[in-house]
Amino acid sequence: MSHPPLLTLSGLTKAYPGVVANDQVSLTIGEGEVHALLGENGAGKSTLVKMIYGLVKPDSGTMTLRGTPYEPGEPREARADGIAMVFQHFSLFDALNVAENIALGMENPPPMRDLAARIREVSEAYGLPLDPFRTVGDLSAGERQRVEIIRCLLQDPKLLIMDEPTSVLTPQEVEILFQTLRKLKSEGTSILYISHKLEEIRALCDHATILRLGKNVGECVPAETSARDMAELMVGTTLQTPERHARDVGEVILDISGLSVASPSEFGTALKNLHLTVRRGEILGIGGVAGNGQDELLSVLSGEITTAADAVKFDGKAIGQMGPNARRALGVLAAPEERLGHAAAPDMSLTENALLTGAAREGLAQNGFLKWGAAKEFAETIIKAFDVRTPGPANAARSLSGGNLQKFVIGREVLQRPEVLVVNQPTWGVDAAAAAAIRQALLDLAAGGAAVICISQDLDELMEISDNFAALNEGRLSAPRPAVDLTVDEIGLMMGGSHGMEVAH
Amino acid sequence: MIRLEKRPQPSRAWSLATPLVAVLATMLFGGVLFAVLGKDPVEAIRTIFWEPLFGEFAFYYRPQLLVKGAPLVLIAIGLSLGFRAGIWNIGAEGQYIIGALTGAGVGLAFYPMEAFYIFPLMVLAGALGGWAWAMIPAILKTRFGTNEILVSLMLVYVAEQLLASMSLGLLKNPEGFGFPGSRNLQQYDSAHNAELIAGTGMHWGVVAALIAVIFAYVLLNRHMLGFQIRLTGEAPRAAKFAGVNPPRLILFCLGISGALAGLAGLFEVAGPAGQVSIDFNVGYGFTAIIVAFLGRLHPVGILLAGGLMALTYIGGDIAQGNLGLPAAAIQVFQGMLLFFLLALDLLTNYRIAIGKPEAA
Repeated sequence: MSHPPLLTLSGLTKAYPGVVANDQVSLTIGEGEVHALLGENGAGKSTLVKMIYGLVKPDSGTMTLRGTPYEPGEPREARADGIAMVFQHFSLFDALNVAENIALGMENPPPMRDLAARIREVSEAYGLPLDPFRTVGDLSAGERQRVEIIRCLLQDPKLLIMDEPTSVLTPQEVEILFQTLRKLKSEGTSILYISHKLEEIRALCDHATILRLGKNVGECVPAETSARDMAELMVGTTLQTPERHARDVGEVILDISGLSVASPSEFGTALKNLHLTVRRGEILGIGGVAGNGQDELLSVLSGEITTAADAVKFDGKAIGQMGPNARRALGVLAAPEERLGHAAAPDMSLTENALLTGAAREGLAQNGFLKWGAAKEFAETIIKAFDVRTPGPANAARSLSGGNLQKFVIGREVLQRPEVLVVNQPTWGVDAAAAAAIRQALLDLAAGGAAVICISQDLDELMEISDNFAALNEGRLSAPRPAVDLTVDEIGLMMGGSHGMEVAH
Repeated sequence: MIRLEKRPQPSRAWSLATPLVAVLATMLFGGVLFAVLGKDPVEAIRTIFWEPLFGEFAFYYRPQLLVKGAPLVLIAIGLSLGFRAGIWNIGAEGQYIIGALTGAGVGLAFYPMEAFYIFPLMVLAGALGGWAWAMIPAILKTRFGTNEILVSLMLVYVAEQLLASMSLGLLKNPEGFGFPGSRNLQQYDSAHNAELIAGTGMHWGVVAALIAVIFAYVLLNRHMLGFQIRLTGEAPRAAKFAGVNPPRLILFCLGISGALAGLAGLFEVAGPAGQVSIDFNVGYGFTAIIVAFLGRLHPVGILLAGGLMALTYIGGDIAQGNLGLPAAAIQVFQGMLLFFLLALDLLTNYRIAIGKPEAA
């Protein structure tokens, strides 16, 4: 080879108390290469890139950047060496404009006018048009990501690390992003692309390194490997696709018509004139980019936000004015997205958390007096039926891993024999095996005659389980369509296309 | 470098140990303070903690312990329910005053009639008075979203003015030679909250405090409402999801803390204090906030904390008298106790780690 690879990692190991996050991980990224880092949640991808970016110090192992030893003590040193990172969670101030946000992240920001000109120039050169003087609070998720990417590009990086960049984008926005990344690659910039979405990796990446439980378990050329093979490398076992049985779809059980509500939170999205019906045995998938009214829709269905009485009807009965417990008594149950603090109380035990929604339907209270024995039994039943890994029901909810707590939260509702179950992001941050188990539980529930509304940002998940698909976009819901004959493009358009983001020419 | 790491589970051992460690640390640093003031620290600490219980004049001080501890515990129990749910009633002192005024007012209205039902009516009136005073911040909060901390606190000063006005006007003793203050209820049998067993300090207020402790314990541990209170304090969003109605909870928590404070005021005015006077209130309502936190918002803890607080008050008085310690030093000593307790409380949820910080 004429010149050494850009970055070589060899034998990187990092242990935290009780868990080895990275165990002898090695990989090589060449100049101008798009390298995928593939793995489930908890496989050690984040720890690995944090070591490259100088946020975490490895216990042992070495990194070499263009043939010289590379040991960043902090992100500033990494940036000085030409390494930039776009995080999954944006660190932007809503009240400031784009240029101000970018200036905040710079060591020596140039005068605002020069910076704005630079932002315009770079953003147009890479096909990510962006007005430097717009307020970040008004931008869509895709546009916010552009701010983060341009912030990185202004440093003229040699290696750009991107952590799950497509999780907040519509398919159309993903395509725009990919064009940018390909252009960067053609200019010799290397990209380390972290994802668990296999089709994206096959479309974009030259090489892939697969991590499982902190270990490097394989490398491949994604274009030449099937998604299924990669998935099995990633999960370590043969992947079980949830089984779908043909179901009879019964009469309409939940009917929402003309529903409009303001969001209770300042940065929330109001729901505008929503119509939807769900039948017994049906799974309705609701897609959309985060922040388009998903939380509000769940709250409206769970009873946390009350509406005009006949805007929400259950089995013909107006329930819009009912609170959460009255709806539970009828069989309308919900599992919110935020596990800690919304679906579960972090510092309370699993027994107490079982009581949180289970009191009415499971008979865990009598005349207001709690039956702790029954609550503990219910918690144990959930733990057993949903394979929740925990020493026991006396443990605090926050001591569980995200996936385990999610299984507990979903299990708690599923085991209460709902007539209608509404879930928001049921498998967010959950490993593939647990995600498959949760999806299977939802399918089984529908097969048993319940109606399921699954709100999710994971389109693959929605396509896998839903009968009908609708999308939320700025608080409006598209008309539901049968999921089977939808193309990715159509789904993207239902989700709002590219949200008015322009493509550079 | 020393830093704090969040524990995966709250430590049970530490949550039990912190009050003890806090008391020990207070003794240690309080001792240093007393030594700097030129007093023998061992003698001072002994005077504060030992003298009231086992000293030469303990027969006099022990009943005082109940007399001072009961209102503290009664008020603190009520406050702790709200504090658990994140509802901050800072105005128990005002509710205490109003409870004393309404309760004493009912008693005095019957004077000089003697009947068995007068005292129970006074108890009811005292509780209602405190409740009504607490309903002002409660309704303002649920209706208009005002801050209950400010409203309840400011109402204390309104109540104090009302107390002064009553002592000088409506409730003034017509046979009192023009002195401010009401008739002495201790001399009016039907209205007197007398000692149940002479010489012990045990009056109806002590009984009420004990009942309140048991009631709060059962409520918090066995009842849905108590569960909702704890849930609201720990995770308000989860509480809403669980079907808690926040305005109702605010009305309940402020109402019960006001009623208990009002009861404490009535038992005090009809018993140890004896009459409505300008300087009737001595700060029980504020000290009860400290007692509630010192007892870690747990009913049994509050019972113990109320006893401890009463002990430092009485012991502090003795130390002032016998050793010439300044009153300010005693107050600093009591402040230290709260400071150490709250500071050490951190160790229940965090552990101290020594080493280089690192992003997880």
